[in-house]
Amino acid sequence: MLTILIDGIAYGMLLFVLSVGLSVTMGLMNFVNLAHGAFALVGGYVTALLMNRAGVPFLATLPFAFLIPAALGAVLERTIYKPLYSRSHLDQVLFSIGLVFMTVAATDFLVGSEQQLIQLPTWLQGRFDLGGVAVGRYRLFLIVICALLVVGLQYVLSRTRFGSRLRAAVDDQRVARGLGIDVGTIFAVTFAVGSGLAGLGGALGVELLGMEPTFPLRFMVYFLIVVTIGGTDSLTGPFLAALIIGVADVAGKYYVPQVGAFLIYALMIVILVLRPQGLLARGR
Amino acid sequence: MTATDDRADAPAASIEDRALALLARTRRWHWAEAAFWLGAAASFALLPDSHLLLTEIAILGLFALSLDLILGYAGVVSLGHGAFFGLGAYVAGLTSIHLTAEPLTGLLLAGVAAGLLGALTAPLLLRRATDLTRLMVTLGVAMLLYEAANRMAWLTGGADGLQGVMIDPILGRFEFDLMGRTGYAYSLVVLFVLFLFARRVVTSPFGMSLRAIRGNSLRAATVGVPVGRRIIAIYTMAAVYAGIAGALLTQTTMFVSLDVVAFHRSADVLLVLVLGGIGYLYGGLVGALVFKLLQDGLSAITPQYWQFWIGLILVVLVLIGRDRVPALWRRAVRRGGAGA
Repeated sequence: MLTILIDGIAYGMLLFVLSVGLSVTMGLMNFVNLAHGAFALVGGYVTALLMNRAGVPFLATLPFAFLIPAALGAVLERTIYKPLYSRSHLDQVLFSIGLVFMTVAATDFLVGSEQQLIQLPTWLQGRFDLGGVAVGRYRLFLIVICALLVVGLQYVLSRTRFGSRLRAAVDDQRVARGLGIDVGTIFAVTFAVGSGLAGLGGALGVELLGMEPTFPLRFMVYFLIVVTIGGTDSLTGPFLAALIIGVADVAGKYYVPQVGAFLIYALMIVILVLRPQGLLARGR
Repeated sequence: MTATDDRADAPAASIEDRALALLARTRRWHWAEAAFWLGAAASFALLPDSHLLLTEIAILGLFALSLDLILGYAGVVSLGHGAFFGLGAYVAGLTSIHLTAEPLTGLLLAGVAAGLLGALTAPLLLRRATDLTRLMVTLGVAMLLYEAANRMAWLTGGADGLQGVMIDPILGRFEFDLMGRTGYAYSLVVLFVLFLFARRVVTSPFGMSLRAIRGNSLRAATVGVPVGRRIIAIYTMAAVYAGIAGALLTQTTMFVSLDVVAFHRSADVLLVLVLGGIGYLYGGLVGALVFKLLQDGLSAITPQYWQFWIGLILVVLVLIGRDRVPALWRRAVRRGGAGA
């Protein structure tokens, strides 16, 4: 029972790291980026390939899994994403689906369609006993890493100058521009960091979620659910949403396997219809 | 469309008369339309070796046409239109196994089932109707259906697909053959009949009110268009069309797999429509033709990776502006007209 809870929390934390970038960019530019998972895929493959082909240890690959997707995100944002901010949601959806298709096929072509497996270091393998509850070492590792990230992000967002500018830009872009805040640069940086975090999430998730070329499609809906349920104007919303979904998904698959992901999709529709701004959002 | 606006001072004719005259004019057949359908009919006789591919084109065309009804005419975006296609496909398959192998019954039941799902889910699109919530809700409905089809393996065969679909000859006379002759003729006739009906609908006052909603739903509401009811009506009709397209796929291939409700169906059909151009019934048909020929050509070169090229086309189309596509086709037709 508690084991499931811990698994669920680890899963939820991972989902949060994967989708937090999407939630901020969606809130900031109102841009529907279905290709967010593609950055997670890049991160996952960076880790898997570095480990399996170059023999780099797991922990040492993680910085690369962050930096490479972040750099990619920054370049793509400046070049091809930017012209689309003012377009309709339909255009953005078509564009990002196109990107996903390209990523899936290109990965398939370059690396192959099989699932990437990695060998975790021994100190992260297996379970240990914590007051009668079996806890997976890797799960605990995930929870610690992700919790640190959450605290770090929250700190940046609430205590630093960049964070306050970002929040101002999300709340009211026009006024923020009027105050001399360079929304374009803020967005580029946020997009890059968000892509990097997705990459890191992908790398951490290779073991837990699996990593194969169709990863961006498989998890697209999960990211969107986190964002829609969590709302886009705080970190707490997506964080709680990710935890709820993580626990609900793990518990649901364990206790009522025949229902599967059904519950989560139904939940998403209900929340979308009743509270389209997200569960915790302020009323407008 | 614009001609009526700036002649407010013209005496005599009331606004209603002018609107009706405008509709009557749009209802008139253009020579290019006749040529299009004659070409389709000729393809049956002239291209006997490509009937299977042509059948796929006709079915995809009908599917894209149904999306055009909601996207092009009412401006309702959808990322889950495949739900209706898949439901229709499964209903047609199940009908043939458990109820009757008579094809027209299956077609009808598939349309009814998809229409019901459409009518039930359409109201979800009306509350706080932003594009984003609509995209997500339609996507959610499609994912729900995918999960349902995947989990209810006792009914749908799950990941193995629905086996044992057998379809009787159409009207008891025309048997489905391996070369797809009957299948193509059947699909083409269904497509043509449904097209005629759709054409009549979009050139009716009802269709005009839909365009008003797409243009500005708030203004449409203030001039007295019952926006919600109109959207539900057209959404249901589009769902019926998509369901019938799905049923045609089942009946011509005699097989249903989970693939019919997969996400890429909904994404592909959007691309098809964008390729052909949104907002004039032929967009879906032209798009289906281009898409299938592309798919056929590209998968001949790179069988596994043709999705890459489809993705690239989408990205490029959006970046250069997809509004230019219908204009391009229209110019081609006009140039053809000048030449003839």
